[in-house]
Amino acid sequence: MTGWIDLLFILVLVLDLFALASSRLRAGIRAVAAQGVLLALLPVALAGGATETRHVATLALGALVVKGVGIPWLLARATRESTVSRETAPLVGFLPTLVLGAFGVAAAIWFTADLPLPVPGKHPLLVPTALGTVWSGLLLIVTRRKAVGQVLGFVVLENGVFVLGLLLSDIMPALVEVGVLLDLLAAVFVMGLVMFDIQRAFASLDTEKLASLKD
Amino acid sequence: MTAAILGALQLLAFLAASPLLLGIVGRVKARVGGREGPPLLQPYFDLARLARKGTVYSTTTTWVFRAGPVVGLAAVLAAGLLAPMGAPAATLAFAGDFALLAALLALARFATVLAALDTGSSFEGMGAAREVTFSALAEPALFLGFLSLVRSTGGLDLTHLLGDGLAETWHTDGPALLLVALSIFVVALAENARLPVDDPATHLELTMIHEVMVLDHGGPDLALIQYAGALKLWLFGALVVQLALGARLADPAADFAAFLGGQAFFAVAIGLVESTMARLRLVRVPQLLVGASVLSAFALVLLLR
Repeated sequence: MTGWIDLLFILVLVLDLFALASSRLRAGIRAVAAQGVLLALLPVALAGGATETRHVATLALGALVVKGVGIPWLLARATRESTVSRETAPLVGFLPTLVLGAFGVAAAIWFTADLPLPVPGKHPLLVPTALGTVWSGLLLIVTRRKAVGQVLGFVVLENGVFVLGLLLSDIMPALVEVGVLLDLLAAVFVMGLVMFDIQRAFASLDTEKLASLKD
Repeated sequence: MTAAILGALQLLAFLAASPLLLGIVGRVKARVGGREGPPLLQPYFDLARLARKGTVYSTTTTWVFRAGPVVGLAAVLAAGLLAPMGAPAATLAFAGDFALLAALLALARFATVLAALDTGSSFEGMGAAREVTFSALAEPALFLGFLSLVRSTGGLDLTHLLGDGLAETWHTDGPALLLVALSIFVVALAENARLPVDDPATHLELTMIHEVMVLDHGGPDLALIQYAGALKLWLFGALVVQLALGARLADPAADFAAFLGGQAFFAVAIGLVESTMARLRLVRVPQLLVGASVLSAFALVLLLR
């Protein structure tokens, strides 16, 4: 059983690295969606018999809807409408970011062994996954030129924060659930993106102008 | 007694059945593409046809060119003695033999590259440069994978790394082993000039990697090179399948049958990868190989934790 939970954490980290290496925005969005689904599984997998089922269910369902479906769908829509399909020239190349990401993940695994945690007895890969994911998200935000790539980075960073939040889900369940709502911020980002594109195309945010595209 | 018979059988299968893997790959690709495809034994027919032909040597080439295919085949054959391929033990096993395995494969590549450079053809020089570049990037992935296996099983010879030591390790460190298996599969695709890295069926010199190096070889020489390629595919398949099978069955004979089934599955997997993936642009290939290294390194970090 612990092997399967290990696998969940490792898959989350591998998806981070995949997002760092992929130049196609569509592939990156798919990776983030898969990561969202995995994150929804995590609270269920980590829940012992003692924890409250209602909170676990809320957390899992919230993560699945927001991270697994909602945000990826919005992002996919944004890429479809903005005709940007791939990251052309990131500020730091794909290979260096991949290697940097790998170093970050390795360092996270290395250091958390000595990290004093407020809640003992949690899964040993939980904190490394959180830190590694935050680091990957940060790298994505800093290195990518295209706005969609940066939003992708923000979502990955947010996923890391979510994993870290699971550490406290027994003590402050409500707070963690609110944390899921932080994703709404990302949704706002996406909308801003679409608006920016409309603005660039029509030199105005007036959606009335979109009607003039007919025929 | 059965161990000795199986030891002989694994060598026999290595020598006789390896072109069949190429046949399975070709057949799977054709079927996925909606065609009937060549017969499964087509690689054997090709080898027989090439062996019957005469050879033509360019006057600019030296003995290096003629030695290339022979040394290449000999090195791969010797490497085959070191890997366990279905039987309980490899034909030869000693501490650190995985390094010799990698070295022999590198020697085979070195011989092919020298032969390609010896022709003086600019195309072949280009192919040689690419081959060497990509294999230099694939080797860290292979070695980091071996290192992870050494760390997790505690052995130093391939028989232990890919056989006896695994059953327990899959229970304790399953996810890490999975990463290693994935990484070695990517290395296998790159080393055998399969699709995401190199297209074995291409006919455009500018895009070839492995094929362009052997353009000047013909007849029996080409047959030797293609046979060595098939053996190498079987060898890498053996690494992946032994690693993936993990636990030993109670009956060694059943184990051997499972291994053969695994090899067939490996060939089908390659065929499916080749049918569904487009070839990567040359500048993107290093990214794939470094990605494989990162997976292996990640597995190692997990094991060191």
